[in-house]
Amino acid sequence: MELFFQQVINGIQSGAIYAALALAIVLVFRSTSILNFAQGEIAMFSTFVAWQLQDAGLPIALAILGAMVVSVVGGAIIEVTIIRPVGNENPLAIVIVTIGLFIAINALAGWVYGTDGRTFPRIFSNDPLVEWGDVSLTGETTGIVGILLVVVGLLYLLFQKTKVGLAMRAVSSNAESARLVGIRIGRILMLGWGLAAALGALAGSLAAPQLSLSQNLMLSVLVYSFAAATLGGFDSPLGAVVGGLIVGITQNLAGQYIDFFDGFELASAFLLILIVLLVRPQGLFGSKVVTRV
Amino acid sequence: MTPLLEVTDLEAGYGPVQVLRGMSFTVDAGETVVILGANGAGKTTTIRAISGMIVTKGSVIVDGTSVGGKKPEEIVRRGVAHVPQGRGTFVDLTVEENLRLGAFTRKDADIAADMDHWYEVFPRLQERRDQVAGGMSGGEQQMLAIARAAMSRPRLLLLDEPSLGLAPLVTQELFRQLQMLNQEDGMALLVVEQNANLALSIAERGYVLEAGTIVVSGSAAELQADESVRKAYLGI
Repeated sequence: MELFFQQVINGIQSGAIYAALALAIVLVFRSTSILNFAQGEIAMFSTFVAWQLQDAGLPIALAILGAMVVSVVGGAIIEVTIIRPVGNENPLAIVIVTIGLFIAINALAGWVYGTDGRTFPRIFSNDPLVEWGDVSLTGETTGIVGILLVVVGLLYLLFQKTKVGLAMRAVSSNAESARLVGIRIGRILMLGWGLAAALGALAGSLAAPQLSLSQNLMLSVLVYSFAAATLGGFDSPLGAVVGGLIVGITQNLAGQYIDFFDGFELASAFLLILIVLLVRPQGLFGSKVVTRV
Repeated sequence: MTPLLEVTDLEAGYGPVQVLRGMSFTVDAGETVVILGANGAGKTTTIRAISGMIVTKGSVIVDGTSVGGKKPEEIVRRGVAHVPQGRGTFVDLTVEENLRLGAFTRKDADIAADMDHWYEVFPRLQERRDQVAGGMSGGEQQMLAIARAAMSRPRLLLLDEPSLGLAPLVTQELFRQLQMLNQEDGMALLVVEQNANLALSIAERGYVLEAGTIVVSGSAAELQADESVRKAYLGI
C-alpha cells in the first residue's frame, strides 16, 4: 500500500509537468484551433536556452525565467513567420507545418548542442520534505506542484480579470466578431503563441533534471501532455491540469503494477487517448458549443 | 453638407465571383437608410465591404476620410460598427463580457454608464448579464449584438438582416428599438433587410439593389409608392 501512495505522489509530480505543457497546447488550440505538434520541441529548445543561461553563471531560477522571456519572443516570431502565412483554411496543411517544425527544431537542437544528454540543475531539492513510513514527499514534488498552482492562478487572472485576457477569449470564441469590435487579432495570436512557448519552457526546465537534457527531452512528455489535453478537453485549461495529473498518476501506477510487457507506461497514455475519444470525444471539461439560432 | 458615408463605384466579390458591380450611395449623419434586395443581390457583401471584411475596389469615405482597404479593426475605430448576419455574438462569453468587448476600442471613463444605459434599453440583457450569450433566444442575441455594436459609440451602425430567423412580433419590437436608437442616440443606421415593409417604416430613404447595382433610390415614401418595388419587395 505504501508503494501505491508513493507512486501516486510521483505521478502528481510528473503530472504537474504534463499539465504545464498541456496548458501550452490548450492555449494555442483555443485561440487558433491549431494542434501544435511542435510545442514539445519548442519547449525542449527553450530548456537549452535556460541551460545556456545557467551555464553562463545565472542562478537556475533566474535562468528559467530568462528562458521563458526569450520563449515569449520566439513563440511570437514562429506564429508570425511560419504559422500565419499558411493561413487557417486548410487544417491539414497547418498540421503538416507543425510536424515539420517538430522535425526541424529537433534536428537544430542536435546540430547545435550535440546528441549527448546533459545534466540540468534542480531548482528544488530531491530530499524528502515529509516522510510517512516508507512514503516520502520531496521538496521537488512540492515545488513543482506549487509552481503549477501559481501558473494556473496567474492564467486565471489574465483571462478573467484583464482586458487583453478578455480579448484572447473573444478571439478564440469568434475571430471575425473579435475584429469587428476592434481587436487586432494578429497581436493576440502572437501573444497566445508566446505565452504557450513560455509555459513550455517552464515544463521543459522542470522535466529536465529527471530526464537529462537532450534533443529528445520532450518526446515522451509531449505524448503524455497530448493525452492530458485529450482527456481534459482541448479547449479547457482546467481540463489540461486535471488531465495532466490523472495521466501522471496513471502512468506511474501502470509502470509499477503492470509488468507483462515493458513500456506499458507510454502505452497507457495512448490507451487513455483511445478510451476518451471513444467515450467522450470532447474530453472531461471540453465544450461542445451549443448555439441557439 | 458632406454625407457621413459616401460609397462610390464600389466593386467587391469572392474570388472570381464579382458580386457588387459599381454601386454608389450615401448615408447622412443621423439618418436611417435601408437597402432592399433579393437573395444574392449583394446586400451582405455591401455591408462587409464597408466594414473592411472583404477586398474592394471603388471608394468608401467615412466622414471625409477614405477607409477603402482598411481592416475591420481599424474601421470600427472610425465610428462604424457592424452587426453581422447571424448576430456574431461571442456565444461562450457572458452577456456582460460581450458588452465590455463592444467597448474594446474605448479608453474613456463612461463605459460602465453606457452599459447601464443599454441595460435600460434592453432589460432582458440585464436579467441575463452573467449568462453565456449562446444560451439566449435568437431575439435576445440580436439585441445583444446591437447593444455590443452600440457600445463602441459609433456614428454609423451597419445592420445585416436583423430580422433573420426572428418571430414577427420579436422583429417588430426590434425595429421599434432600432428607431429609438436612431432618434434618441443619434446613430445613423444602414440596414439591409428582406423584410422591406418593416425596414421602410423606420427609414428616411432607401435603395433597391439588383445584381450588384442600385436600380432604384428615393425616400421611404417614394419606394413604398413605387409600383415595381411594391410588386417585387412589398408583396402587395
